[in-house]
Amino acid sequence: MGFADLSTPVVMGILLGGLYALIALGLSLVFGVMRLINVAHGDLVVFGSYFAYAALTLFGIDPILSLILGMPLLFAIGFTIQKFLMSRSFGVSMEAALIIAFGLSLILQNLNQMFWTPLSRGLTTSYSVESFSIGEIFIQLPFLFDFAAALVVMLSLSIFLKRTYLGKAILAASQNKRGALLMGVNTGRIYALTFGIAMATAAMAGVFMGLTFPFSPTTGLSFLVISFGVIVIGGLGSMIGTFVGGIVMGLAQTLGAQFFGDAAQMLIAYTIVLVALSIRPQGIFGR
Amino acid sequence: MISSAPLLKNHVQESDHEALLKVTEIAVFYGNLQVLWDVSLTVRPCEIVALIGSNGSGKSTLLDTLSGVIHPAEGMIEFSGRGITNSEPFEIVSLGITQVPEGRQLFPDLTVLDNLIMGSYSRHARSKKEQNLDLVYEHFPILEERKHQLAKALSGGEQQMLAIGRGLMSDPRLMLLDEMSLGLAPIILDKLYQALKEIRERGITILFVEQNVRRSLDEADRAYIIERGRVVLEGPTVELREEETVKRAYFGL
Repeated sequence: MGFADLSTPVVMGILLGGLYALIALGLSLVFGVMRLINVAHGDLVVFGSYFAYAALTLFGIDPILSLILGMPLLFAIGFTIQKFLMSRSFGVSMEAALIIAFGLSLILQNLNQMFWTPLSRGLTTSYSVESFSIGEIFIQLPFLFDFAAALVVMLSLSIFLKRTYLGKAILAASQNKRGALLMGVNTGRIYALTFGIAMATAAMAGVFMGLTFPFSPTTGLSFLVISFGVIVIGGLGSMIGTFVGGIVMGLAQTLGAQFFGDAAQMLIAYTIVLVALSIRPQGIFGR
Repeated sequence: MISSAPLLKNHVQESDHEALLKVTEIAVFYGNLQVLWDVSLTVRPCEIVALIGSNGSGKSTLLDTLSGVIHPAEGMIEFSGRGITNSEPFEIVSLGITQVPEGRQLFPDLTVLDNLIMGSYSRHARSKKEQNLDLVYEHFPILEERKHQLAKALSGGEQQMLAIGRGLMSDPRLMLLDEMSLGLAPIILDKLYQALKEIRERGITILFVEQNVRRSLDEADRAYIIERGRVVLEGPTVELREEETVKRAYFGL
């Protein structure tokens, strides 16, 4: 097998990794700040996909353009979930919050099922089926969009976290809650904002996922599991780690398919997750 | 000594000053467990007051109650004439009470500078950020040298300086210090206590918690001795040092 044969899966793996990183980002952010494993994350991403699907099929609004509405909507949903559900359960125990997240996941799956039936849907636009070649490399356009979106989101989020008072307060609260509280940070509000921001990124992830792959009400679970893999490899709460973890997962999948066939692609990806867990459990960029 | 700030005189003397902090007969619980009984205390402007007591006597709980982290079940807390009994921590910080907590509670993966900037998070402190930053660097020049390092890379003494500096960034009128001497060498402690004296000269009142009785009595104007959640003795440190019970209990005389 020559180099030329590998160039396409390598490039596609990296681009796919961008999508995985984008999906995992919100999960990582919520865990990093609140220590909450939001098992409803995948379903919230798929909720974002369905929102864009509704905008596209009912009103003919372009999925990427629909984010102007979708991101604030999911931000508000995230803010509300944290403020009125999670924050109360934190006072009880972390298990309580986990169970609430699990309940949310079930509710979202069933709502999506009721509204949209279990059939597979896709965000089909003029550009979502485009592809082009650079020399030997064959690239599907939505994958390129995925990667670009991941870059934009992660860069802007990094700048927000490092340069603004609010961003620094989020980092501070994630590193030492008591310290942040005593410095006058309203940690309850910071948590709600963090959940909101995580959900706004989920809205984006949902749109780009929907442009790339077909989705159904139960798709969220498989993306949740992939996100866990991304985070395990890259390290929780690290932006650059999430990005690198996404790329490793994407590459493992496309190269796994190349060498061992489509059926084995996720097997390879999760084997790498297991190896990463045993060698460096805190992740490549984990603290 | 720093000359740019106005010096406040007569800070040690008992006076007719309005109390800056007035705690009246508070009772504090953790769940069902009572930690403080009937605690009253007064801190006047520009005093240095020590809270002395052994481990588990409730000193840190008292500071957390003043910071609004926990609320008393009974009693009242007033700060500069204003009721703060049930105020939240962020409200209390914005009124001008800062706590330099035990174990420092820094943000380990933020730089020294970002830790300090987080100290000025409260809205009233943001406008004075640059001014307070200069002040912190004047007291602790090492922090300026290390401003781009991560907080976790600092030595224990430097971390304590950073914790105090971060507290100063909130532009406080009252600074609560919890067990700042834990794990620090005496020579570093001398520096820190010197810094506290200078901070007081700027008009910042200090209430500190300490296990080392002799040191507390040397550094403070007045002290409260707490045992098992109750104030058992209080007064000017010069008098407390002569008190027979204190001599027997704490100096083994």
